[in-house]
Amino acid sequence: MYRYDEFDARFVNERVAQFRRQVNRRLAGELTEDQFRPLRLMNGLYLQLHAYMLRINVPYGTLASKQMRKFAYLARNYDKNFGHFTTRQNLQFNWIKLEQVPDILQHLADVEVTGIQSSGNCVRNITADQYAGRAKDELADPRVYCELLRQYSFLHPEFSYLPRKFKIAVTGSPNDRAAVAVHDIGLRMHKNEQGEIGFEVLVGGGLGRTPYIAHAIRKWLAPEDLLAYVESILRVYNMQGRRDNIHKARIKIIVNQMGIDKYRELVDKDFEFTKNGALKVPDDEVERINAYFAPPQYEKLEDQTQALAKIRSGDRAFDRWMRGNVIEHKVPGYAIVNLSLKAPGKTPGDITADKMDAVADLADRYSFGEIRVTHRQNLVLVDVKQSELYELWHKLVELGLATPNLGLLTDIICCPGLDFCALANARSIPIAQDISRAFTDLDELQKIGQFTINISGCMNACGHHHVGHIGILGVDKRGEEFFQLTLGGSSDQHASLGDRLGPGLPQAEVPAAIRKIVDTYLVVRQQQERFLDTYRRVGIEPFKAAVYGEESQAA
Amino acid sequence: MALVKNGELATSSFVDASGAESIPPTGPVIVSLDQWKAHRDELVKRGTPLGIRMHSDQPPELIAADLPHFAVVALEFPKFRDGRAYSYARLLRERYGFKGELRAVGEVLLEQLFFMLRTGFDAFDIQSADPLKDYRTALADFSVWYQPTADGRPTAMQLRRKH
Repeated sequence: MYRYDEFDARFVNERVAQFRRQVNRRLAGELTEDQFRPLRLMNGLYLQLHAYMLRINVPYGTLASKQMRKFAYLARNYDKNFGHFTTRQNLQFNWIKLEQVPDILQHLADVEVTGIQSSGNCVRNITADQYAGRAKDELADPRVYCELLRQYSFLHPEFSYLPRKFKIAVTGSPNDRAAVAVHDIGLRMHKNEQGEIGFEVLVGGGLGRTPYIAHAIRKWLAPEDLLAYVESILRVYNMQGRRDNIHKARIKIIVNQMGIDKYRELVDKDFEFTKNGALKVPDDEVERINAYFAPPQYEKLEDQTQALAKIRSGDRAFDRWMRGNVIEHKVPGYAIVNLSLKAPGKTPGDITADKMDAVADLADRYSFGEIRVTHRQNLVLVDVKQSELYELWHKLVELGLATPNLGLLTDIICCPGLDFCALANARSIPIAQDISRAFTDLDELQKIGQFTINISGCMNACGHHHVGHIGILGVDKRGEEFFQLTLGGSSDQHASLGDRLGPGLPQAEVPAAIRKIVDTYLVVRQQQERFLDTYRRVGIEPFKAAVYGEESQAA
Repeated sequence: MALVKNGELATSSFVDASGAESIPPTGPVIVSLDQWKAHRDELVKRGTPLGIRMHSDQPPELIAADLPHFAVVALEFPKFRDGRAYSYARLLRERYGFKGELRAVGEVLLEQLFFMLRTGFDAFDIQSADPLKDYRTALADFSVWYQPTADGRPTAMQLRRKH
């Protein structure tokens, strides 16, 4: 993992001291709330329905065990004993007092964690494939470039007051687990015709009330030009992005208004000036950072396929978990283990202080002390010996972190919704809980197969509903909560936006509607086809008929 | 209006006529882009130092060719949240080579000064009871930076590579 050097450490400590002053000025009345808001947001502090919420960065989803223990400490001492992992691979605390925030940030700075730019109209936490550096299907490790972007974006003097927030995601694998096509900038590592690894650069993707899949602005970018090219994209956006209407201020709007060709032309014109300047990334800096991401001291092991098969044949529950939650590692004898934060009836992404500590202990014992956070709101131990999987599984079962539902229907993405969020129109958490309680039969879940349900409590789409195979959007109709279903969304390398199924449903009818959609799918699917592929083949009509009845279809 | 310039309190010798109906006949004056376009020849002929005040929707390329005429370019922050002028400042310094006074005007507040300094502003029309104190406070916040800009402050990356 990356470790701060003296400069990083000094910078973060100075940032805490600065925010302490800003909080004091606010408390003394020297700053109006209007003036204070962007300052607190750029340190991750929101004012929610009931209290302040603090959003803490987990840069590109990587976390050390001591950092997780610090989260547990903060949850106990400054919050109500739990935290919530988000779709930006971040952690949120929901019950924070303003006066205590500088102390909390100092605690975090002590373990090299920040809330810098986890909110605000600036470049947000850089996200990445949660299996970066470990996945067998990976072309190159994206973390060094994520770290370069993290440093480059922190308190950028030119881009701290952008028209709107700005999100960047990076994948080093052709199988996109980082949803790069729905980001303001999406970076895909791939080889050009000469066999050199670089980036395909996508721009203008995003969800919210005007969802777009990103456009390719550049087919291949040399890694050394990454910062210069990103700077040019940001500069054009900072000058041209709309500032008259907050709902039209994201880069996706301006890219789609002027067209990707025009946007590319403006960026290329600026890039002529930036590309040979001070932003060129020197090889030695890449090497310096890459050294932090060197693989841990793996033992020379062999794959344990046969030994595991033997245990699996005698223990059905373990077998199920192995099939669902354990993923191939690129090093023989090791495995990637996903910890589900989606137990039946629980809030997706929530974790208690005690479990944070327990996960930190397991990471130290089984996985070189490292934990990953996924944008689907689960945790990962990325370096587990195959010979220790059975032992680890028992411990995870005890902790309630072994629900074998990774990538299945109850592996639901869910925003905090109206239970916490000041923007929400509807309660999203109870919907997630209801669905997870309606589908508890593990055999059935496996039969249904790969399935994503994404739930947002309002059109801001923090729960990524547009790109769920089933998306659920909470809306307010004359003071009552309704839920709008969309089908066919996806955030992978074949990203698509879901289509609206029909009129919104009351909360009580949502689980039954999901059931009808699933039943219809099981009837019309061919062989082992995923729901998404079935949907793409047969279209929306059979599902519409199943949920709303034949008569509504005629109407 | 108290101005902080190059780290000291200063009094502007320029009359800001950019919002006025007429331009004073003599003395250093700051005009708007519209006034400049309408009275370019007279302004050049009068031989007094000139400044121009640009709105946040007026990018510097509109005056790139005229820059030699200006001792002062004032960039407006109509709201502190409007960040366009940070880009304009960098373009003026780094791309168009403007060496004169680059003045931040409008809603110029303590907590934004650090960004303004780094993008190339050297004069600040700070809205505060004690502008110099605010300026010094903002300047003392950080001793390390990540982004290379024309202010020449060495970045963390440059400092590391010297080691």
